[in-house]
Parts: sequence; C-alpha cells; structure tokens
Amino acid sequence: MRASKPLTTPTFSLQPLGLRSRRRQNALMKGFAYIVCTLMAVAYVFPLYWMITTALKTDVEVFLVPPSLFPEDPQWGNFLASTQYIPFWLYMYNTLVICALTILGTVISCSLIAYGFARVRWPGRNLVFLIYLSTIMLPAQVTMIPLYVVFRQLGWVGTIWPLVVPAFFGNALYVFLLRQFMMTVPNELSDAARIDGAGELGIFWRVIVPLIKPALATVALFTFVATYRDFLGPLIYLTEQNQWTISLGLKMFQNMYGAQWQLMMAAATLTMIPTVILFFLTQRTFIEGIALTGIKG
Amino acid sequence: MTAATHVRASSLNARKLRSLLTGLAFISPAIIGFLAFAAWPIVQSLYYSFTDYNVLQPPIFIGLENYRDLLNDRVYGIALRNTLYMVFIGLPIHLIFDFLMALLLATQIRGLSIYRTIFYLPSITPVVAATIVWLWLFNGQYGILNVFLEWLGFQRIGWLTDPRFTKPSLIFMGLWFGGNTILIYLAGLRDVPVSLLEAAELDGANALRKTWHVTLPMMSPVIFYTIIINVIGYFQYFTEAWVLTATRDGSAGGPLNSMLFYAMYLYQSAFQLFKMGYASAQAWILFAIVLLATAVLFRTSGWVYYRSEE
Repeated sequence: MRASKPLTTPTFSLQPLGLRSRRRQNALMKGFAYIVCTLMAVAYVFPLYWMITTALKTDVEVFLVPPSLFPEDPQWGNFLASTQYIPFWLYMYNTLVICALTILGTVISCSLIAYGFARVRWPGRNLVFLIYLSTIMLPAQVTMIPLYVVFRQLGWVGTIWPLVVPAFFGNALYVFLLRQFMMTVPNELSDAARIDGAGELGIFWRVIVPLIKPALATVALFTFVATYRDFLGPLIYLTEQNQWTISLGLKMFQNMYGAQWQLMMAAATLTMIPTVILFFLTQRTFIEGIALTGIKG
Repeated sequence: MTAATHVRASSLNARKLRSLLTGLAFISPAIIGFLAFAAWPIVQSLYYSFTDYNVLQPPIFIGLENYRDLLNDRVYGIALRNTLYMVFIGLPIHLIFDFLMALLLATQIRGLSIYRTIFYLPSITPVVAATIVWLWLFNGQYGILNVFLEWLGFQRIGWLTDPRFTKPSLIFMGLWFGGNTILIYLAGLRDVPVSLLEAAELDGANALRKTWHVTLPMMSPVIFYTIIINVIGYFQYFTEAWVLTATRDGSAGGPLNSMLFYAMYLYQSAFQLFKMGYASAQAWILFAIVLLATAVLFRTSGWVYYRSEE
C-alpha cells in the first residue's frame, strides 16, 4: 500500500530508475523482515515447546544425551503427578482468590479516582494529578519495610490482606489509563444527566461506567496478569505454606525436588495455561491497552 | 448592585467549593493510598535508616552508622555493581533489540497478528514458571542450549555457573520477556505519519536514513517513556535472578554473587536477617539513585521531540 501510492504522483515519474530500484529495495526489506521474524518466532516459541515436550518425558528420557526432540512415549500422567507433588490446586485457588479481590479493588477505586480527575473540575486538579502520577516511578523497595512493620503490627503477616487491601486505594497507572478514556466522553452527556437531576455518583455509574467498559476490562486484565505473576509480595507476606500462591509453590517445588524436571515442566505448563487462555480470548483488549500505556506516556 | 454582585460571587465561590469537595471525595481513595502507601512509608523508612531495628525490639537511633557500614560492605558493593551492569548494558541491549523487532514487524508483513502473539506471549507468562523453564534450558549438563552449542561445534558454556557468563545469560533470557516493549514500539511506529516518510522518500532518503531522520525523532517520546520505565524496573530486578539462584537455605546470588542484585540483597537484609534499619538505608540509597537517574534523563531529554510543539 505504502510503496505503491507515490506511483501516481508526477514527481516520481521524473525519476523512474530511482523508483524501480527503491521498489526492489522495499521488496528486499520485506523478504528480510519475513526471514528474521520467522527465525525469531521459532526461537521465541522454542522454550515453550521444550517445556511441554520435557513435561511429557519419563524421568529417564529427560536425561538422554543427545535429547529426543519428541517424547518417545508421551507421559500424560506427568501432569496429574505434578499436581500431586505440590498441592497444585490449593495454590491455584489461593492465587485466584488474591487475583479476584485485587481486580475488584483496583477497578472500583481506580474508576472513582479517574472520575475525580477527569470529569470534575476543581482548583489544583492538574497539579495533584501530576504528583499522584509520579508515584508510578516509586520503587517498591522504598516503602516495603515500613509497610511490612505496620502489617505485622496489625497481625496481617501470614494473611492475604497486605497483598489485597492496597488495591482498594488506587493505582496511578490505571487511573491514568481510565482518565484518558473518560476525557473522551462528551460533556454534553454528563450535562444532560445533570439536568435530569442526576448527582455526580449517578452520572459516574449510569453515564460514564457503561461507556468506558472496554477500558475497565483492560485494567482488570492487566491487574490479573500482574497479580498472577507477582512473586515478591507473596514471598514476603505469605509465610504459611497453605496460603502460598502458585508462583511461590513452584519455586519451593524446584528447591525441594530439583532434579524432577519433567514434573517441574508439567507444573510450569499448567501454571501458564490460565494466562495463555485469557490472552487468546481477549487479545484485542491486551494489545490496545499496551498501545495506550506506551503512546500517552 | 453591590449586594447582587456579592451574591453572585459568593454563589460562584460556593459552586467552586462544592466541585472541589466533589472532586476530593472521588479521589479520596487516592489521597488515602498516597499518604498510607507512599508518602508516610517514604518518610518512615528514612527514619528507620538511622536506626538499628529488628522488628521485635523498638528501633534504636544510631545516626549514620548504617550508611557507613554500607560503604564498607563488600557484598553490597557487588549487588550495586551487578545492578548497574543490568541498567547500563542489559537495558540498552533490550531496548535496541525490541526496537529492531518492532521495525521488522512494522514492514507490513503478512501474518502480523501471529508474530505479534508469539513475541508477546512470553511477557505475560508467570515469571517463576517461565524462569524455571530457562533454568532447564540453561542446565550445564542436559540443557538444550549447551547441546545445541556442541552440535554447532562450540564449547559448552556455564550459563549459570561461570561468573563471566551469568549476567549475559540473564540479558539473553530477558530478550524473551521483551514482548511488551515490542508492542509499545509497534504501536508507536504505526503513529508515525506516512506523509513524512513519503516526503523523505521523495527527497531520496533510503530506508536507513528514513529511520534515522523521520522514524526515530517521531518515536522519541515513546522511546523516552520506555527508557524511564525500564530504568526504574531494572533497579528493582529481582524475581528472575532469585528464582535462578535461590537455594533451599535461602541464600541467593549465584557463583561469586555474580547474580546478586540490589533488590535481592535488600530483601535478604530485611526479611532473612531482619536488619530493617540496614535495609532501609539501602532502600533510601536506591530511592536517591532512581530520583537522580530520572532527573538526569529528564534534563538530557532535549532529543525528545513532541509533536504538539510544531
């Protein structure tokens, strides 16, 4: 498309030779892009392929030199065995509970905060927003220790609350994202609702929220992935083994049974499945969300 | 007359006050969150950094001793140097690689959505699960990477056992997690006005010069954003190295501490040795470094071109 367009412009007919060589150059570039992208794609997929094939090998075949590219006799039972080596389903349940509560808190708090920054005009709003936005750049390590001390005094170490409660008090990045969306909603819609006697909360709930549902979905998805992947938070606070998340459980599994590679790969595969399924179901939301966080930065 | 304007002014002020209160009510979770989870802990950790504190007994004020000890702490120095290695060597490699990948994907190749999915997928896989997979790939004896090297006629590498190779191995592994940045760049590239590229083409610019003189300047805000975010992220580098090196007894860092990073040493000081004051001093130095790095980045951001300035 892009290459063929200048053909119609008269300027180009003045230098037919240059054009031809440029078109050849474009075709060459494209071919080069195909080759490199395909090679890279193979390289990117390979670790996942190797994970799954290792998961299907016997404990003898795993250590074969040279290794077999395909499992000789796929051991589907390894997946079941890996869920019994560690209390896989318990850890998965723990993880999903934390994810659900974190999503709930993040979506509610961030949408309210974003409304306050995007749809209500008040003196000092932009300055306060800028200060709030700067917390994105605050390294977690700086606040980690005082927060741990407080949560300890509250008796919350060894519970999920230190991981979940902060989510109910907003997240600057997601507030930013939702604010961007809310600012695109025409003011006339709010004004019309206001004339009908709706209060600010009514406008928020009945006018704005229905219109920014896709953005809320993006925030929910990102929160899920971030919480599901989190390791440091659970490592600090989930001191009881029966509260561990799946990431914590996997690491401990590896420490205890280091050489059971086929079982570890099986457990790793099972752990990846939820995010992978979710990604394929909601690909658009993901990709649009990333574009948004990047471009407006 | 005066009474009327007075009434109007006061009703205006009342309306202003009302909207101020409404606004503050909506953002109140953020105000509480900011005070409780950012402002107060920052100040409190500064206080802790001047104390000897093990959580069980109340903190004892010891002045600058923690900071003095850190100056003489050889292991802390190693952790700091390793972290700077990742920031100054790992990060540029990652961003350049991601940018080149995005450029290739932006040549409007067919099947873009498949490539995009493949490059993005690793970056949403759970870090621990994915890193354990890499632990297996890196395995010195049975790992497929060494098998592959031998098959190509090269010598085996101690990916995670030879201190010379450990950090390059982490950078290599990190490329696999870079899909997020690739997609950010790809979205930015699509925003580069085609008219500008065509104009450059008319002026006889080749692909390389178009990229250098048009694409890069137009992309500079996006590049700047990814630099800022990743610099801050790399200073907190933790999970991958922890999963690769932490042993059953809780020690971590790999051979000769070559994979011991700032956040790991801080974690060990705070939550394994319960030296909260010592760890807080580390946290504040990290805070100062990150602030300084961001300030320097913003000060030297003259190369960033914002389109609205046209």
